[in-house]
Amino acid sequence: MAYGDKILDHYQNPRNVGTLDRNNENVGTGIVGAPECGDVLKLQILVDENENIVDAKFKTFGCGSAIASSSLATEWVKGRTLDNALQIKNTDIVRELALPPVKIHCSVLAEDAIRAAVADLKAKRDAKRNGQPATVEAK
Amino acid sequence: MKVYLDNNATTRVDPLVLEAMLPYFCEKFGNAASRSHSFGWEAEEAVKIGRQQVAELIGAAADDIVFTSGATEGNNIAIKGVAAMYADKGRHIITQATEHKAVIDPGKYLEQHGYRVTFLPVDHYGRIDLQQLADAIKDDTILVSVMHGNNEIGTLQPIAEIGKLCKARGVLFHTDCCQTFGKVPINVQEMGIDLLTCSAHKIHGPKGIGALYVRRKRPRVRCEPVLHGGGHERGMRSGTLNVPGIVGLGRAAELCRLHMDTEPVRLAGLRDRLWRGLSSQLDHLTLNGHPTERTPSNLNASFAYVEGESLMMGISEIAVSSGSACTSASLEPSYVLKALGVGDDLAHSSIRFSVGRFNTEPEIDYTIDRVVAAVRKLRAMSPLYEMAQEGIDPHKVEWARR
Repeated sequence: MAYGDKILDHYQNPRNVGTLDRNNENVGTGIVGAPECGDVLKLQILVDENENIVDAKFKTFGCGSAIASSSLATEWVKGRTLDNALQIKNTDIVRELALPPVKIHCSVLAEDAIRAAVADLKAKRDAKRNGQPATVEAK
Repeated sequence: MKVYLDNNATTRVDPLVLEAMLPYFCEKFGNAASRSHSFGWEAEEAVKIGRQQVAELIGAAADDIVFTSGATEGNNIAIKGVAAMYADKGRHIITQATEHKAVIDPGKYLEQHGYRVTFLPVDHYGRIDLQQLADAIKDDTILVSVMHGNNEIGTLQPIAEIGKLCKARGVLFHTDCCQTFGKVPINVQEMGIDLLTCSAHKIHGPKGIGALYVRRKRPRVRCEPVLHGGGHERGMRSGTLNVPGIVGLGRAAELCRLHMDTEPVRLAGLRDRLWRGLSSQLDHLTLNGHPTERTPSNLNASFAYVEGESLMMGISEIAVSSGSACTSASLEPSYVLKALGVGDDLAHSSIRFSVGRFNTEPEIDYTIDRVVAAVRKLRAMSPLYEMAQEGIDPHKVEWARR
């Protein structure tokens, strides 16, 4: 099983690797997976005043397919609204990257990471509305 | 540069071995069991030489050697064959947690068929405890099987001491020597070995051929065969002999014996050069297995915060292997590293480098540069490395598992 071209491309030319300030009230942070499973994905989104995602960053501990899936996820969420970002399905990622069956779980993690980042941002909004200070949560 | 550093998985056939084998395909192609014509006689002669060459490498007599299709078959004969033959004497077998699957699975099979099998634990370096072995031996124990050198982490077991203990207690001792045959001196008499498995393709010989040493004197060991048929190999392994394979195995063994004073030292030199190069440029790097009691060609290391398959992808022109779950079909991390208590996250970050006869210093230096660059790049992409830099211990975080 040779590495797919698109997967190699995301490794050799990574897009959006990095970190946003998680204390920023317009940043949502999603962390999914666990080190003992061999997969940890951190995906962060930055929204503007209209709740459009204007920037996204990721960091991943995992195999080439996990890296490619999370990298692709950051590319896709940019320019979407929060609710629109939730439309991204893992099957879309599988198709785009031509993931083999044994690597499908990597795409599921990427989808989960998007959801977690959106949920984190929404939680911050709720906390602010209720007069509580925005808390930083590790999901 | 394409570099092959996965010699524990298999090795390139030495051109000298191939040269020795070739006449036995199209010219001297007889069946070694054909007693009545010269085609058979010349094949039989080649087998005789091959047997002697294998025996010499382990201090055995030629007649003690049984040819097999490889180590998996050899291990199956040794374990299942001894179990069946000595069932009336006892039904307890002792082995250990980091054996190759070709030993563990026969053990598990026997457990389903009325035998008790003890899998001894290992310490942090992968070594068994001799006292625990002594305590585990009971009146109905018929076989102890402990490998000489581990294929994943390279750790050497104290087989001379194990052999001595087994002799004292009247229990047969089998050892899988795939990783040490030809690289570490072995003497079946001095080490009290009753059965020994080896394979050609780990020592620059062809795939599909191996040998099982079965002691004939003091005591005379007998195994029931796994393959029934024409009664070849003293009834222990029926089937037309793979003459070209035997010639190849024999020549490969001979080459190892001729270079035993220099080659293991050279291999260890390359391996140590690799370790020094990596450890001088990378932190959070741990060696898996025993630091000194290990096969000369093996280096197994964990690069914390970087997953093994992504690292292999980052150095894709260099052939190595990993204990990461992502590289196994079952998505389970290496059971050998688990047995060491290494921790799943470090198992996922492990890479096994294994050097061989055709590796050179420039290849090692190239590998060091590529690995260091890939690890640094992947750490820059790693959320775990980021946490470690911030002073957060990833082990202490409560992760939301899927």
